[in-house]
Amino acid sequence: MTVWIAIALTVVGCYAVKLAGLLVPAGVLERPAVRRLAALLPVALLAALTAQQTFSTGHALVLDARAAGLAAAGLALLLRAPFLLVVAAAVVVTAGVRALGG
Amino acid sequence: MVRQESPGGAVERPRTAVVRDALGVGVAVGLSGFAFGVTAAGAGISVLQACALSLLVFTGASQFALVGALAAGGNPFTAAAGAFFLGTRNAFYGLRLSQLLALPRAVRPLAAHWVIDETTAVALAQPGRRSARLGFTVTGLSLYLLWNLTTLLGALGAEALGDTAAWGLDAAGPAVFLALLAPMLKTATERAVAALALVLGLGLLPVLPAGLPVLVAALAAPAVLWLKGRRS
Repeated sequence: MTVWIAIALTVVGCYAVKLAGLLVPAGVLERPAVRRLAALLPVALLAALTAQQTFSTGHALVLDARAAGLAAAGLALLLRAPFLLVVAAAVVVTAGVRALGG
Repeated sequence: MVRQESPGGAVERPRTAVVRDALGVGVAVGLSGFAFGVTAAGAGISVLQACALSLLVFTGASQFALVGALAAGGNPFTAAAGAFFLGTRNAFYGLRLSQLLALPRAVRPLAAHWVIDETTAVALAQPGRRSARLGFTVTGLSLYLLWNLTTLLGALGAEALGDTAAWGLDAAGPAVFLALLAPMLKTATERAVAALALVLGLGLLPVLPAGLPVLVAALAAPAVLWLKGRRS
């Protein structure tokens, strides 16, 4: 049930912001401070999410095979690999390190 | 590139070129719904719930964030809040698109569902309104169909695999976030925000309830903007 509540809230919230962009008069969102903040919010959220989902289990900070996987994804990004290959590199390297006992 | 005049006088691209670009983006990104389906299943989300998210939320980063937060034990409100804040960028895409596409009011509630990173990128890359509308529609349709189909296949496939961690599939979520983040780190401001958010997100994890550290880390954005404003 908890999951369905979270899904319902996300569905309504995400649709509302999409629709708001198409419906509200341009002036409301066009202020420079609002635009800059909106561009930086995803940067902060994505950085925190990447770090947490790589270096933690529950409330504990851990260093395990996922770190090697993320490093592989980072390398793939530097080599300008396509999106799917970046994800595949992380998955394969993580599985490989785990198989070796990491 | 061959260009032709539209009736309105603006330079337009041939329809086939627009469709080809739009399908390229729609197919490549649409296939990554597979990674979402697998990640959702690994996070303990049912196949039906994963499909509901892809059908009704349809904005990838928010979907990944939500299942990640739920898997970490976050309550539904903080989990949804993180997903919501990630989705706010779509409002700014909509703003650009509403001027560019000039959609009739009746169509806007439908078109809104497809206002995401990829459809915006394709539409904004077009030289005129007619090709922008075509690019938006073809990207939206192909991405929506494939994203939902591959979500279903990924969720079913992961259930068949059993322990997704043994296959390294728990690394798919963070890799997706990193791939979305990397092109955003263009200036020192963005890197400072990312670094501060990373420190806050990890540093607060052991002491705050699940889901809250990400929301506090989001404050890195206004904090860095404020510091920058004071210095200049």
